Amino acid sequence: MNIFKFEFKMLRKSIFIWGLFVPFGLVLYMSFYPWIAADTEAFESIMANFPDEFLSFFGMSAELPLFSLLGYFGLTFGMIQIPLAIQASNYGFHILSVEERELTADFLLSKPVTRGKILISKCLAAFASLTIVNLLVWVASLIILFIVKGDETVNFTNVNLVLSTTVFFQLAFFGMGVLISVLVKKVTSVLSFSMALGFGMYIVSSFGSILSSKLFNIISPYSHFSPTYILINGKYEWSLAIISFIIILVTLPLSYFLYQKRNIASL
Amino acid sequence: MNVIEIKNLTKYYGDVKGCKNVNINVKQGEIFGFIGPNGAGKSTTIRSLLSLIYPTSGSVTIFGKDAIEFGSEVRKEIGYLPSEIFYYDKMKVIDLLNYSASFYEKDCSQKIRELSEIMELDLNRKIQDLSYGNKKKVGIVQGLLHSPKLLILDEPTSGLDPLMQQKFFNLIAEENKQGATVLFSSHILSEVQQLCNRVAIIKDGEIVSIQDVKALQNDNYKKFTIRGTGLDSNKFKIDGVSQIKEKDDEVTFFFKGNINEMVKIISSFKLSDMLVEEPTLEEIFMHYYE
Repeated sequence: MNIFKFEFKMLRKSIFIWGLFVPFGLVLYMSFYPWIAADTEAFESIMANFPDEFLSFFGMSAELPLFSLLGYFGLTFGMIQIPLAIQASNYGFHILSVEERELTADFLLSKPVTRGKILISKCLAAFASLTIVNLLVWVASLIILFIVKGDETVNFTNVNLVLSTTVFFQLAFFGMGVLISVLVKKVTSVLSFSMALGFGMYIVSSFGSILSSKLFNIISPYSHFSPTYILINGKYEWSLAIISFIIILVTLPLSYFLYQKRNIASL
Repeated sequence: MNVIEIKNLTKYYGDVKGCKNVNINVKQGEIFGFIGPNGAGKSTTIRSLLSLIYPTSGSVTIFGKDAIEFGSEVRKEIGYLPSEIFYYDKMKVIDLLNYSASFYEKDCSQKIRELSEIMELDLNRKIQDLSYGNKKKVGIVQGLLHSPKLLILDEPTSGLDPLMQQKFFNLIAEENKQGATVLFSSHILSEVQQLCNRVAIIKDGEIVSIQDVKALQNDNYKKFTIRGTGLDSNKFKIDGVSQIKEKDDEVTFFFKGNINEMVKIISSFKLSDMLVEEPTLEEIFMHYYE
């Protein structure tokens, strides 16, 4: 419990920043919706000129037009997934590697505590932090949808279904981060690693939708939890979502195993 | 009873040798010194004791238990001071010490106060604002606060001024009197001589010798430097003399043996200056490699 408390405290500032700016970004984006809705025809004619591939790159589809509230929400949420992914991978890369990078591992690992317990406590602290941001995004989404919907009826069940994906989405990125951090000798810069993973996977998933390529869609968690698909169909795209579940179930236990065997670097 | 038993410990980092076939037994209640130059394998051996790194082959037993399998249990009674100390920079000293204490099932607040008073450590400063020597003090308090039965100190004195060093030695001697066994690594021979009962000498990852400190002092070589005109280096070549070098008006050599005989020979010359020193660690090593 002491490690959990300590780690959670170390993440306080980070939780505050992500928990403030991610929901803020979502609210800001969504608050433009009334203008778009007011000028639907103009937008429609602009969009008609873009090729389908271009639209699908940004997660738009004919079935759920951008000018519908949920279409716009789907697009926005797709964007908001990027910072969520970066935060989750950031914690993944950071949580174990920090001890070796800042050479505090000799302090922590010489205490009467198993490495397994250290890893679990640290992961739980990171997960708690991610969950706080997740819940803030959830609440912010519902509130802003309620404010901008006007007279439209909104299928909140589907909205909640989209929001429920965040926890798995975060864990998949977190798990990949942790695993990579125990596989490599040293994570030199957590920020560049997490930016690369967070943005990289977004690009992979965008190519996946342009090229309708199964392979790209399999690789990227963005495709596993495409908000547009869920909003249209009212269910997870299970054939892809299952891959994220597998990523979570493989990366975390494997990291646990590898961390036990790791030789801790020193100066 | 042996508190530490290291058997044929070998550690390779890829192709690079960390240590090879290290065998050391540390008995209960003794202060055991571990000396060698930087990079000789001291830290590799010590970090294996704490299972921070895992041996390529060989085994380590502490308090009669395997140090890897029972690692967390064994570490309850170990106080460890790493050679390079780094702590969570943004914390206050007291918060770090309390965090450290939270790993042990006893109340350490009294001991923290005592130790920081002795070491003159300001508990309310942030770690990032501390000098190297003060960080070392944090390390010392952190290593001792749970009154461990085994103290593992990796070059503990670097960065401490002589006064602090003396206080620290007294502290270690006191802990030892209370029953703590101490493993103490250093690259400074005089430190080890001052504190330790026995000493292991390591070079290039291998133990060269394990000796009683008293014996080491008694049989040790002395380094002679003699200056004067008309010196004849051949006259010094008696039993126990080695590595004679003659240069201009100066003769240097190492000597181990009956000091009276040497004094007689020296007194037959007219000297301008003479120096008898403890050899440096490196010079001792040269003897072990002859």
